[in-house]
Amino acid sequence: MATDKTALELQDIHKSFGNLEVLKGVSLTAKDGDVISILGSSGSGKSTLLRCINLLENPSQGKIIMGQEELQLKPGKDGNLTAADRKQLESMRSRIGFVFQSFNLWPHKTILENIIEAPMQVLKQPKAQAVKRAEELLEKVGLADKRNAYPDNLSGGQKQRIAIARTLAMDPQVLLFDEPTSALDPELVNEVLSVMRELADEGRTMLIVTHEMRFARDVSSQVVFLHEGQIEEMGPPEQVFNNPKSKRVQDFMSSHQ
Amino acid sequence: MGWEWEVIFKYFPRLLEGAWLTLELVVISGLIGIALSIPLALLRTSPNAWVRALPYAYIYFFRGTPLLVQIFLVYYGASQFEVIRESVLWPVLKEPYWCAIIAFSLNTAAYSAELFRGAIQAIPNGEIEAAESLGMSNALLTRRIILPRMFGIALPGYGNEVILMLKGSALASTITLLDITGMARTVIARTYTPLEMFLAAGVVYLLMSGIIIALFRFMESRFNRYQSYNPDRDA
Repeated sequence: MATDKTALELQDIHKSFGNLEVLKGVSLTAKDGDVISILGSSGSGKSTLLRCINLLENPSQGKIIMGQEELQLKPGKDGNLTAADRKQLESMRSRIGFVFQSFNLWPHKTILENIIEAPMQVLKQPKAQAVKRAEELLEKVGLADKRNAYPDNLSGGQKQRIAIARTLAMDPQVLLFDEPTSALDPELVNEVLSVMRELADEGRTMLIVTHEMRFARDVSSQVVFLHEGQIEEMGPPEQVFNNPKSKRVQDFMSSHQ
Repeated sequence: MGWEWEVIFKYFPRLLEGAWLTLELVVISGLIGIALSIPLALLRTSPNAWVRALPYAYIYFFRGTPLLVQIFLVYYGASQFEVIRESVLWPVLKEPYWCAIIAFSLNTAAYSAELFRGAIQAIPNGEIEAAESLGMSNALLTRRIILPRMFGIALPGYGNEVILMLKGSALASTITLLDITGMARTVIARTYTPLEMFLAAGVVYLLMSGIIIALFRFMESRFNRYQSYNPDRDA
């Protein structure tokens, strides 16, 4: 499904928290339509890498390029890089969807209000247009009847599907998923994965940090295995899952079957 | 000495006049207080220590000294300075009414600011990150997410602050104002019925507190609707 056009490129991303170096130079390229799963044991830097892409975490070093556009960075006071141009960062963030492990819906807004908030406030869409799109998305994630409910009324799986709809409402060019099913009860995992599978089938560019091995094997065009802040192995799922070169990846895979 | 019901009935309308003044003092200084406290609270949550220091000093002073002292400082203090007596502010600052409002506003702003700061810090960080990840600017994030969440979280505590302010407003009587307490004392000076009049004044304060409590309960049910919303009820 992937084309030759680059959607997102990370060059030599480093990140330290104090003396602890969590990312030690990670480079990654996602072509349009790529679905890249990022695997690794906890503490390997998977989530940090994802959060560095839209500067929820400030990387210490590296370049972030979206399409042809490089995110302008400058050194901040704490030694990490910050956005040189807030407007550019905000514009880039509006084109990068981020789905959190803990959903992070706004509890004081209804489901519909959660979804139309950013399209109306950030993209300045008229309300009728934002509502129409939100209704389509609610239909897509199978929760059309919940539009007037509040997040607290929903199960974890439903919350995550709404969070995905909220992200899709911005029509992002790249979707980032940070362990989207890790906070869910086992029986709720599949409803979220099937929505994500559908998105992958549509040809959306996605980076997914996950522990769902079967899902990663099925939907990914590329699999990246991180170990201690570096890429241990990277390649198509058949290679990384069935025939890993690295001993560490072999051990990881055999313990996660 | 007998209990004089007729004094209470005769002078109750005067107490209600006092209640009107009390209401004015509480409402006007409450509104000014909120307007002052929001920027103070936002500054208090700044990551920059120097930015935090200024509101901190202000809050420290107004929480750390008695309201009575603050009222006296404004009412007696301002007139000590010739600059003030000759300034355009003098027509305002020579009125005890405005002195009381200034002192109450500054005082309640300090308490509310701490209340709001706590509420801002109680907003789960993920909700802020979600807004950031969708491309919201800081101003938009503050206006659309932080402030509404802050009000919702702070509302029960703020109702408390308004009731404290209502009772604190009795100190306005010390600078000649005829609020509920001031009116009661004036009547007592004329009739020497302290027990009756203070009891009646107490009843008026109780009624006003009751109204404030009901008002805040209503606002909570509106503003924090999500906490009590039951989808099955509407379905």
